[in-house]
Amino acid sequence: MTRKPFILQNPSTLIVLAVLAVLTLTVTLFSHAYGSGAIPTSMIKVLGKTLCLALAAVAMDLVWGYLGILSLGQMAFFALGGYMFGQWLMYARTEGIVAVALAQNPIPATPHELQDAVTNQIFGVVGSAELPLVWSFAHSLTLQLILILLVPGLLALVFGWLAFRSRVNGVYLSILTQAMTLALALWLFQNDSGFRGNNGLSGLQNLPGLDHVDQATLSVWFLWASAGALGLFYVLAAWLVSGKFGSVIRAIRDDETRVRFLGYPVEGFKLVVFTLAAMITAVAGALYYPQAGIINPAEMMPIASIYLAVWVAIGGRGRLYGAVIGAVMVSLLSSWFTGGRAPSIHLPGYVVNWVDWWQVALGLTFVMVTLFAPKGIAGIFDRMGPPRQRKAHSRQEQEANA
Amino acid sequence: MSALLEVSGISKSFDGFKAINDLSFSINEAELRAVIGPNGAGKTTFMDIVTGKTRPDEGEVLWGETSKSLLRMNEAQIAREGIGRKFQRPTVFEDQSVAENLTMALKALRSPFAVLGWRSSGRSAARVAALADEVGLSAHVARKAGELSHGQKQWLEIGMLLAQEPRLLLVDEPAAGMTLAEREQTTTLLRRLAETRAVVVVEHDMDFVRRLDCRVTVLHQGSVLAEGSLDHVTRNPDVIDVYLGR
Repeated sequence: MTRKPFILQNPSTLIVLAVLAVLTLTVTLFSHAYGSGAIPTSMIKVLGKTLCLALAAVAMDLVWGYLGILSLGQMAFFALGGYMFGQWLMYARTEGIVAVALAQNPIPATPHELQDAVTNQIFGVVGSAELPLVWSFAHSLTLQLILILLVPGLLALVFGWLAFRSRVNGVYLSILTQAMTLALALWLFQNDSGFRGNNGLSGLQNLPGLDHVDQATLSVWFLWASAGALGLFYVLAAWLVSGKFGSVIRAIRDDETRVRFLGYPVEGFKLVVFTLAAMITAVAGALYYPQAGIINPAEMMPIASIYLAVWVAIGGRGRLYGAVIGAVMVSLLSSWFTGGRAPSIHLPGYVVNWVDWWQVALGLTFVMVTLFAPKGIAGIFDRMGPPRQRKAHSRQEQEANA
Repeated sequence: MSALLEVSGISKSFDGFKAINDLSFSINEAELRAVIGPNGAGKTTFMDIVTGKTRPDEGEVLWGETSKSLLRMNEAQIAREGIGRKFQRPTVFEDQSVAENLTMALKALRSPFAVLGWRSSGRSAARVAALADEVGLSAHVARKAGELSHGQKQWLEIGMLLAQEPRLLLVDEPAAGMTLAEREQTTTLLRRLAETRAVVVVEHDMDFVRRLDCRVTVLHQGSVLAEGSLDHVTRNPDVIDVYLGR
């Protein structure tokens, strides 16, 4: 048996990468910064954010579709990634602004005065005059970039170790993940948490030190980064689920007791996948919030993670491209329907206003998909492939029976 | 010859019900043993204790040349020590192909990172092909296990056990739901396996046990009632009383 390179064994990965490349190129060519300007900058930001959500959905699919853990706390990792990058963005930008303002004083400001002024600017709103301990590394881009992976990774590792070790499974585990994200959100909502309470972090759309670069250009840069991250982690995820490792985690999903009797340390596998997925989700969040411009603890409320699960279910769990399709389609449709631009339906005696009714429609779709199309949208693609194979099997069977 | 598995004085109760009561059992390397007993005699609980699924309230389970205690290990560690278990209902991973099922069971390092680094080689592919051949599934390696018939699933699970290369094999009611021809095949296989390793067969069916032609342990109310050849135990008045007489 000759071994084909990994990418050729997985044609769907190639297709996803190609679509991603075409999309990025097209958007770049029609952007204000690098092309004709047919696509407005706000639209480019929406597309960039959508790619980040798709990446979070890919990670969700690893955890839920392949490993079988319905985690309803994934957005905690997403928002934490955003907070970690946001700290540097906000600190460095404020420092730049304050430095310019203080430079007009006759006596040059000492570093200490500079830091006090920055602290006042950022934390005046929550009535704090001290720089919280959790901002100790905010001055350093490198350290905060490391924290994007480290903080959500450690949280997932500790949470997962406690939960998996005591063999919490199924609905109980889902509720536990939900409690985790809710607890984190409630803590962050407090003014003295050190993350500006419900104000969250703002002004994230500017890159410190690159004041001369306008938003039109920045939006394209972030689109590139988001597309790059999605492509990179998609390939990583596809590689992870393709070999024996993928075989084992799908087996854990279907019958973890049996996997134990094969000698595999089930908890270890769960921990590796859960932690890795948390880190991937954090990268997605770190790229998302600079495009959104603002982050606050409401982003971590359990409902956000439930949406993520709905996208993956509609797209088709257990298929990585299903997660991407689900996240892109449903999140774009959501913003269209709730943006007030969808035409209302005039029924006799009642006007269906989509801003109000979209949630209901989405909920119904979710129920329908769960009941009638458990493989989601990706199931349609599956149906295009297998029939030939199935025919071959039945032919084999006939021969065997003859 | 020292025992491969030495179970001494184990007891286990569930909500006051003594499922296992001061049970002792030992088996040598390369031995075939049948464990029989009426329903509720503790056969399944006994297997659960040996494989680490259930912890006994008291007693000792020792394993191998160094007499390692199995009680401090979890299911996966015990499986890695070389104890394989065949369930009554065939449990294979239905969503995956026969080849994937066998590959997963192949003796190899089991830690997550070792599995990540594992690549199929000519040798592993040949081993999978040989195993599929041995259990009569050569024509079906690419098929999903869920598409196989009940009997084929049984054979796939046996193939997976062989792939694990265990030193002790615990087999739960292998004859259940099998045709006469399949039973004969199973008997032959079990006896052949017992030439190189220890095999414990838990069985209801006396006819099948007779075919195995091996030492028999009779369980009753969680402890050993009699042990010896089938003819010996069937002559035992206690055994006739609780099991065979009915």
